[in-house]
Amino acid sequence: MDVGQMQRQWLDYTRSLFIEGFLDNQFLQLQQLQDENNPEFVVEVVSLFFEDSERILKDLTFALDQQGVDFKKVDAHVHQLKGSSSSVGAQRVKNACIAFRNFCEEQNVEACLRCLQQVKQEYCLVKNKLETLFRLEQQIVAAGGSIPMMELSF
Amino acid sequence: MECEGVVSGVRMGESSEEVHVLAVDDSLVDRKVIERLLKILACKVTAVDSGVRALEYLGLDQSDAFVEGLKVDLIITDYCMPGMTGYDLLKKIKESSTFREIPVVIMSSENILPRIDRCLEEGAEDFIVKPVKLSDVKRLKDYGVGGRINKRKLPDTTELDLSSSPPSDSSSSPSISPSSPPVIDSPIQRLKMTTTALD
Repeated sequence: MDVGQMQRQWLDYTRSLFIEGFLDNQFLQLQQLQDENNPEFVVEVVSLFFEDSERILKDLTFALDQQGVDFKKVDAHVHQLKGSSSSVGAQRVKNACIAFRNFCEEQNVEACLRCLQQVKQEYCLVKNKLETLFRLEQQIVAAGGSIPMMELSF
Repeated sequence: MECEGVVSGVRMGESSEEVHVLAVDDSLVDRKVIERLLKILACKVTAVDSGVRALEYLGLDQSDAFVEGLKVDLIITDYCMPGMTGYDLLKKIKESSTFREIPVVIMSSENILPRIDRCLEEGAEDFIVKPVKLSDVKRLKDYGVGGRINKRKLPDTTELDLSSSPPSDSSSSPSISPSSPPVIDSPIQRLKMTTTALD
């Protein structure tokens, strides 16, 4: 595959992530903060998001596994995850967190457990998607090309 | 737990044109983003992870002690933080004779009107709804973000006339004049924008 084909593939793939709702405008914002002096910015932020999320999901699993669930704590964790997913543009994770918080308020353990599953699923999906995207980027750069600038109108 | 850039801080008389922003947020992701946003606008950034750390940095943890060479032009803080909230931090800063004139901007993922009002009443200059974008940070240009035209002197009186050195850049977004009740416009506009979103 030549660079042009790889770039088109990257564009198509990125577009699909927006169309399918995995990513929202905030991700575009982050891409625009990247430049030749900070070529890894998006990867760096997203890596922090992955680390953060995995820690929070572990804490959530533990918190919901307790005999007496501390819903305040659970809500605090979900709030954190909602914040960081929002900041990177991981829209479906963010939305899953919003739904989760409603059930925290209701203090409904079963529903919270279902929400946790949902959040984990969305997180895994977006993680895979973003890792694929970053791999495509690496291939383009390795072949001597540059990452196209996203121009999606919303 | 991180507190960056304490030693490399801006000294009096050296690069005093560079705007130094103290950013406070318990989220590592958000700290990284706000730092990049501010650096793009040519600010020097010190990012800390809590209100307590912020007070330590300012030397406010032990009775208003003056930290030699410290110059902070703007404080931008998250609202929801464990322990000391952004609101608590705001209050402490406004209670301090050394730092009360420093503009404080609050960030929050939740666009709760009473919360915004409370912060503004306590003396916050502006309120940004997260996720933070470049346009939000550009709005802070009246505090020197994005480059100074005139050097804003720290007053030695409590009466502060901030309208004396307006920036003259020709950005199309409405300029916030710190001397008027400015913040009614922008957070409310932002509110209207976010309430139409999926959130």
